[in-house]
Amino acid sequence: MRYVKDVASVIRSKNAGPYELTFDLMFPDEHTYEQVRHSITKEKIAALYKIPEQDVLSIIHFAPAHAVKITIVRPRASGDLGETDVYGAQQHAPLLELTY
Amino acid sequence: MTELRILSPTAILGYGFPLTSFQAGLERDPHVIAVDAGSTDPGPYYLGAGKSFTGRAPVKRDLCYLIEAALERGIPLIVGTAGGSGAKPHVDWTVEIVREVLREIKAKARLAVIYSDVDPELLREELRRGRVQPLGPVAPLTEEEIAASSHIVAQMGLEPIMEALEAGAQIIVAGRAYDPTVFAALPVMQGYDPALALHLGKILECAAIAATPGSGSDCLFGYLRSDSFILEALNPQRKCTKLSVAAHTLYEKSDPYSLPGPGGTLDLRETRFEELPGGKVRVSGTRFIPTEKYFLKLEGARRIGFRTISIAGVRDPIMISQIDEVIAAVKERVADNFRDLRDYQLHVHCYGKNGVMGALEPQPQPGHELGLVMEAVAPTQDVADTICSFFRSTLLHFGYPGRKSTAGNLAFPYSPSDISTGPVYQFSVYHLLEVDDPKGLFAMEVREE
Repeated sequence: MRYVKDVASVIRSKNAGPYELTFDLMFPDEHTYEQVRHSITKEKIAALYKIPEQDVLSIIHFAPAHAVKITIVRPRASGDLGETDVYGAQQHAPLLELTY
Repeated sequence: MTELRILSPTAILGYGFPLTSFQAGLERDPHVIAVDAGSTDPGPYYLGAGKSFTGRAPVKRDLCYLIEAALERGIPLIVGTAGGSGAKPHVDWTVEIVREVLREIKAKARLAVIYSDVDPELLREELRRGRVQPLGPVAPLTEEEIAASSHIVAQMGLEPIMEALEAGAQIIVAGRAYDPTVFAALPVMQGYDPALALHLGKILECAAIAATPGSGSDCLFGYLRSDSFILEALNPQRKCTKLSVAAHTLYEKSDPYSLPGPGGTLDLRETRFEELPGGKVRVSGTRFIPTEKYFLKLEGARRIGFRTISIAGVRDPIMISQIDEVIAAVKERVADNFRDLRDYQLHVHCYGKNGVMGALEPQPQPGHELGLVMEAVAPTQDVADTICSFFRSTLLHFGYPGRKSTAGNLAFPYSPSDISTGPVYQFSVYHLLEVDDPKGLFAMEVREE
C-alpha cells in the first residue's frame, strides 16, 4: 500500500459552481495514472471525508491530463451561513491520506 | 476563412497583464480582443450587492490598453460578465469606466451594452409554466426566493453578442455571459465550427492559466482554423503543453468530457491534444451537441441579514481541551440574555481545529493555540453588533470547569475588537430556464460614445 500523494503531481480542490466541490488528482505520466486510477473509489472518498457515499457525485478518469476528477456535494452553497472556504480551494487535505 | 486569431489579455478584467505579452499578441494581428470579467467564485455577496470584486483602478488600467489597441486596429473589444457578476449595476459600472477611458484618450466608438437581468415577474410566470428547473444539487425555485432576490441574471449564449457585432459595435460590454461566448461569437458569425470556437473560448477565458507555469494575469493567444485550434502563450517564460491545456479542461467543472452551456453541450470525448514546436498546442475533435430545447443558466442572490465579526486567539490548554463545550455554553448564555431576539445566527470559526474544513474535517484535534472568528448574522446591523459584542464579552470572562486563568480567556489583536462587515447575501437562484428565443431576455443598447 502506497500513498497517492507520493506519486501525484497535483492534488487540488475548487468549487465547481456554488453547489459542488471538485477535486483533481493529476499524475505525471500515463503509467502512474494507469497504476493508481482504479483504486480511487467512491467508498474511499466517502470514508476520508466522512460523508455518505451518495454525496460523492462522480469519479471521472480523464486520460488527456492523466487525471482523476472527484466531485462531491458542497456541505453548503458557497457563502452560506457557516461557510469556511468560499472558493473551496483548501478542502483537499484528506486526499493526502489516499492510498493505492 | 483560413484562420481567425483571438487575443485573451487576462483571466479576469482587472487582473492585469504584462505589456510585453500584450504587445506580442498585437503583433500576431488578432481579429478580436475578448476578456471575461466575472465569476461566481468570490461568493454571493458581489452579485447580491451589485458590487465588483475587482477594483476600479485595475479594471480601468486594463481597459485603457484594450480600448486603445482595439480602436487603433479597428477590431472589436468584447467584455463578458462585466463588473464580475453581470447584473445592471455591474454593467453600468463598467460602461462608466469605458466612457471615462474614451474621454481621456479622446476617442469615439460605437458601444453596445447588453443587459442580462431577469425580470422577476417574467420568471414567476415561467416558474408557473414549469420552465424552470434546478441545476445540480439545488432545491426547486420558489416564488418567495424570486421575490427576495436582489439581482437575478441569465448567462447569455452567443446570439446576443453576435447581434451586437452585426450592429457594428467596436466595444461590447455584456452582462452575465457564458464564459466562452465573448471569444466564440465573432468566429461563429463568420462560419467557423461552434464546437471548436466554444472550446477555444473555454480555454482562452482563463488566459495564461492554461499555460505552464500558469498565471491568471498574463495573455494567451488562440488561432482558430476550420478543423482545429492552436494555443500559444505570449510570454517567453511560459508555454502551452499538452498536459497544461488538457489539465485546464478539468478546472472548476465537474465533468471534463461534457461541458454544458446555453443551447448545447461541448463533447470532449474525441478531443485530441497535440504538442507543436515552440510551446504551442493543437486541439481538435471536439463536438457540440445542441440540446433539443434552449436553456439559460440563471444566478441570483438575496440578502439574508447583516454580519458582525470579532477575532481572538486562545492559548490556554485547559480551555482549548473543552472549546466546543465552552462555545456551546456561551451561545446558551446569549440566547438566555436576549430572549426576544430569536432571529439571529451565531457561528464560531475555530482555526487550529476545524476552521478551514468545518464539518468535513476528518481530524478535528486542536493545536496548541486556536484562532477564533466569532460571527453574528442578524436582520439588522444593530442586532448583529449586539449579539457579537455580547458573545465576545461573555466568552472573555466565561468561567469554564477547571479554569485557572481568571483574568480573561481571549487574546484580541485589535481594538476595537468587533468589526461590522455589512450586508450578507446568499445564492438564491441557480437554475435553468427554458427559452424560445436565445436573445429575448437580453436588452441591448447601441450608442455612439
